[in-house]
Amino acid sequence: MKKLSYILLYICLGIVAVFQLLPIIWLFLFSLKSNREIFGGNPFALPREWLWENYAKVWEGGIGLYFFNSVWITVVAIILTALFASMATFAITRMHWKLDKLVLGLFMVGLMIPIHSAIIPLFSMFLNVNLIDNPISIVLTYTAYNLPITMMILLGFYYTLPREIEEAAIMDGCSIHRLFFRIILPMTTPVLSTIVIINMIYNWNEFVFVNTFISSDQYKTLTVGIQNFIGQYMTDWGAIGATLIISLLPILIAFIFFSNKVVEGISSSAVKG
Amino acid sequence: MNKVMSNKWMIAFYIMPALLMVAFLIFIPLGLSAYYGLMEWDGIGAMEFIGMENYITAIQDAAFWDSALHSFLLAVFSTLSLIVYLAISMILASKIKGADILRKIYLIPMLLSSVAIAQLWIKVFNPANGMLNRALMWLGVENPPAWLANPDIVLYAIFVPILWQYAGFYILIYYAALKNIPESLIEAAKIDGATPIQIAYRIKLPLIKGIVKVTVVLAIVGSLKYFDLIYVMTNGGPNGASEVMASYMYKLAFSTNEFGYGSAIGFLLLIITLIVTVIVRKLTEDKENIQY
Repeated sequence: MKKLSYILLYICLGIVAVFQLLPIIWLFLFSLKSNREIFGGNPFALPREWLWENYAKVWEGGIGLYFFNSVWITVVAIILTALFASMATFAITRMHWKLDKLVLGLFMVGLMIPIHSAIIPLFSMFLNVNLIDNPISIVLTYTAYNLPITMMILLGFYYTLPREIEEAAIMDGCSIHRLFFRIILPMTTPVLSTIVIINMIYNWNEFVFVNTFISSDQYKTLTVGIQNFIGQYMTDWGAIGATLIISLLPILIAFIFFSNKVVEGISSSAVKG
Repeated sequence: MNKVMSNKWMIAFYIMPALLMVAFLIFIPLGLSAYYGLMEWDGIGAMEFIGMENYITAIQDAAFWDSALHSFLLAVFSTLSLIVYLAISMILASKIKGADILRKIYLIPMLLSSVAIAQLWIKVFNPANGMLNRALMWLGVENPPAWLANPDIVLYAIFVPILWQYAGFYILIYYAALKNIPESLIEAAKIDGATPIQIAYRIKLPLIKGIVKVTVVLAIVGSLKYFDLIYVMTNGGPNGASEVMASYMYKLAFSTNEFGYGSAIGFLLLIITLIVTVIVRKLTEDKENIQY
């Protein structure tokens, strides 16, 4: 009886897993097929011929450029976010000043703001300073909008750092910059890796800002790029599948290697409204 | 020590980069959104002050109310689906082998971009060759529907990938909360003869009430401002049948150049989100705090 109910529970859990994975597996399979095989054959059969040229075709056809843009914008925004968030968290948790609680409150309110309420004014602000159709606008918005959640994750860690370390360092005549960059920052490596991966997911997948602020093909990132691109290949399912798989791959690979960090980061982002 | 750590210049040096970015790119735009909402403006030409007229227009705008209704429907479905996620998490947290790998598999859709999910599900819903209709035809269903082209079902069709996307997230949160419940409490209940259903409903659920509350707020607020996937999948169509508040606002500003009216809707979206958050928090407020 007990065994039977366990089997039933496993079947439930298995069905959910299949539901979550099946569309992605189907996508991978048709990314390697020709239209004839996709429309004619069994959707879940392995490709008769593995058409890796679908991937080469879309990469050469423009996806390579979008991929490159996504990589550098993601990386620059991650570095800025991690640096500024660490500095601000350091100032709030370790330095002595009156308005620290108020400033912290401001950052935390930033967690609840729906970005769509700000997008029209942001657009006109960037238009006024000539940053529309300039990737700087994207890097700036990614950094600003990820700061609150990043600081949220950092805060808990900073509060646990022992005060004796900085007291000893300052006694020895260590400057604040040295204390922060040489002692505190290296100590936060475990939590830094969590925020890097969570920022990577956010930046890599972001769509609205790029779609609104960037119009030239040369600056588009993958999320917006694949939008246009798929328009061109409307009827070539293999090409569309290959494009989508390329766009998913970096995050999936990161997930395979750092799944615990991803889980940790996503759980702490639960508070992000 | 205190002197070094309370040097005003140093504090400014560390706090200002982040503070300025958040001020200029989050708070000032929000203020401007309220301000633009009072203007007649096409985004380029001169602004004209028209007071509350945009808000009056919104109240009389049937298309806006339709989009608001769709957003609220999504909120209802997302909230109801939490019950299913909670049940799955309860199973997962009950000493199941492979629970860790399963919850990670569930999480995968959450890691993908909304654009990729939208494009994938456009294909899943494809009338002739999509995964869904191929399966239905194989099961013997004749003429399965054109999911995204039929105004009567398109809204519910696009709810499916949205739920698919977030299921793993909520399961992850519930699972973590359930794993925090001390084993001794469950054992004690078992010794007293409680059935698994009783344990789930009378012991586990009350103990994770705080987290459930947080997820209800997240699901509702997240639904009200939901945008990306719908914009890519249907762009609100056919004929407004899947329009939501955020996509309606976006269309007003960036397709028809009604920046003033769009800003007013954007500001309404912010206010509605904040009000709903407060209401949900109040409704689910705890009279007693449970400690264990």
